[in-house]
Amino acid sequence: MTGPGVQTGSQRLQRLLALVPYVVSRNTVGLAETAAAFGVTERELVDDLNMLWCVELRAPDPYCPIDLSYEGGEIVVSEAESIGRPLRLGADEASALLVALRMLADVAPAGSSALSRTIAKLEAAAGESAAVSAQVQVQVDKGHAGDVLAQMQDAIERQRRIHLRYYVPGRDEATERDVDPMRLLVVEGRTYLEGWCRRAEGVRLFRLDRVLGMQVLDVAAAVPPEAEPVDVDEGLFRPSPQDISVVLELRPAGHWVAEYYPCESVDRRDDELRVTLRTPDTRWVRRLALRLGEDGRVIAPADLAAQVSEDAAAALGQYASGIPARTN
Amino acid sequence: MSRRKTERLLGLVVCLLSTRRALTAAQIREAVPGYPDSFEAFKRMFERDKEELRELGIPLETDLASPGDEEAGYRIRRQAYELPEITLEPDEAAVLGLAARVWQRAELAGTAAGALLKLRAAGIDAEDTTQPVIEPRVHTGEAAFGPLWEAVMDRRPVTFAYRAAGRSGVQQRRLEPWGVVNRHGRWYVAGHDVDRDAVRVFRLSRIEGAVAFSGPPGSVVVPAGTDVRELVRDWDSTPPAHRTATLRVRTGAGYGLRRRALSERPDGEGWDEIRVSFGDIGYSDYLASFGADVIAVDPPDLREAVIRRLKGVPQ
Repeated sequence: MTGPGVQTGSQRLQRLLALVPYVVSRNTVGLAETAAAFGVTERELVDDLNMLWCVELRAPDPYCPIDLSYEGGEIVVSEAESIGRPLRLGADEASALLVALRMLADVAPAGSSALSRTIAKLEAAAGESAAVSAQVQVQVDKGHAGDVLAQMQDAIERQRRIHLRYYVPGRDEATERDVDPMRLLVVEGRTYLEGWCRRAEGVRLFRLDRVLGMQVLDVAAAVPPEAEPVDVDEGLFRPSPQDISVVLELRPAGHWVAEYYPCESVDRRDDELRVTLRTPDTRWVRRLALRLGEDGRVIAPADLAAQVSEDAAAALGQYASGIPARTN
Repeated sequence: MSRRKTERLLGLVVCLLSTRRALTAAQIREAVPGYPDSFEAFKRMFERDKEELRELGIPLETDLASPGDEEAGYRIRRQAYELPEITLEPDEAAVLGLAARVWQRAELAGTAAGALLKLRAAGIDAEDTTQPVIEPRVHTGEAAFGPLWEAVMDRRPVTFAYRAAGRSGVQQRRLEPWGVVNRHGRWYVAGHDVDRDAVRVFRLSRIEGAVAFSGPPGSVVVPAGTDVRELVRDWDSTPPAHRTATLRVRTGAGYGLRRRALSERPDGEGWDEIRVSFGDIGYSDYLASFGADVIAVDPPDLREAVIRRLKGVPQ
């Protein structure tokens, strides 16, 4: 696989240098398989092989250092000369893999044996290039009970139904539900269970730090065939056309809202931010508005703004109606 | 890069890897096809080629061709070039494939793919055929991530415009970056703030405009024993909870509070009394979010702060 974006010449040179050792380490390998591994078409691959075969050094005596063939669709390198081994890993390459592996080891205790072995081998192979990788770290929030993750991994592997007691902060509710687990996601620094929620009859994500309690049931999980896994590469929370559009105006002390919630738009006017959020359920926005106090204002929809005023008045009413401050 | 240039660079790498002794520029020109006839034009092209190979991480060495020789010679030592032997068990290869996928939609996708390519070239089959139990992703949506990652890798100082939380206006900052850390989904950079001569942590989402390098590679020294993760954690953490609050919470409400309650008991019809610990008066904002379901009873300063917060809600 090559990275996204334009195929540059330096990428091609890297590919050419990797191609010979790729074949050498496998003795012989098919054109189709190799093309797939390098993310190119067979035609591009054949062009690469021809370029390698044509390498010529003219002095002191002229010779062609690399000899290979791909007759019958099978590549064989009979003379690899000096490029029989791949180029060592760069600091950035070693770091990209090591940072990700260390993050995984931090998150998933169950897979840690293979992870720690791989980390050790990669560190050894990368040598000095691995040193700088310690300067980059990914720390996932682990605000969940220690064994919740292990229990879920176990339920996924054994395909067992899970009973969840789950906190929904937007509604300030504890909910009870049975979930047929699909997989665990670690995205945006948090860990989620993805599963078929039998109460909602749909695929739902459950943040592990909001699990109040769980039980692996002695019932086989039954994820229906129509259950579509979330496309983690597109972001977990995509607004739907039915969502309500909420506009908030934020003073500087409330600007954190723009960083904390996915906003559709953020406009700066002097010191104030005007943000637009889309949400299927505005109850959490009412709570947010109370929390912001004078640092935020609901601009739209108007009925939501009115509700927030009522919520604040009702709360203040409690304080005025003689619920005492502690006097003892 | 043109096809001819790719061919020339490939020939140059093979030539410099094959040679036992360092070759002079003139010898290289004779051996590698594709260089122009004019020696001046050759020298310019060769300089660019050397730069290009170094950018790819190819350890091109310059030394004297032979003792007593005045002219510089060039070669690539196989030992410095080659990836050492590495073999992985199937379960190790599987986690390696998973690790590369972590950056799938991030700035480092190409870098991770390049690393995987070299490991495949070393004979490792890091194919991910099974559906993994855990699917991890790290995003790098902040524009500042790319240059800061590069600055940390190359140990270079940077400058950028920064908008501090809750403040208006931006300030130009000069930083020797020690590391970048993703904490709970957000990226931070920690390092030595040159103007303040102190350790500082910055959130990447608050950097405005471009990050510029302000010094050569290798000029930043990270003090021994620096733990960037700890620096960011200390900066980001809420103050330790050393005070206790007494709250009245409506029955069936306030689950977020009940989860962390020190004690909980019924307190009249429809209400419970809950005690929780808190760090500073900013906790009142959180309590205000529960509206009429939660009443702060004690301490008085917390109660007053909640009332103030609620009174501040625009009418």
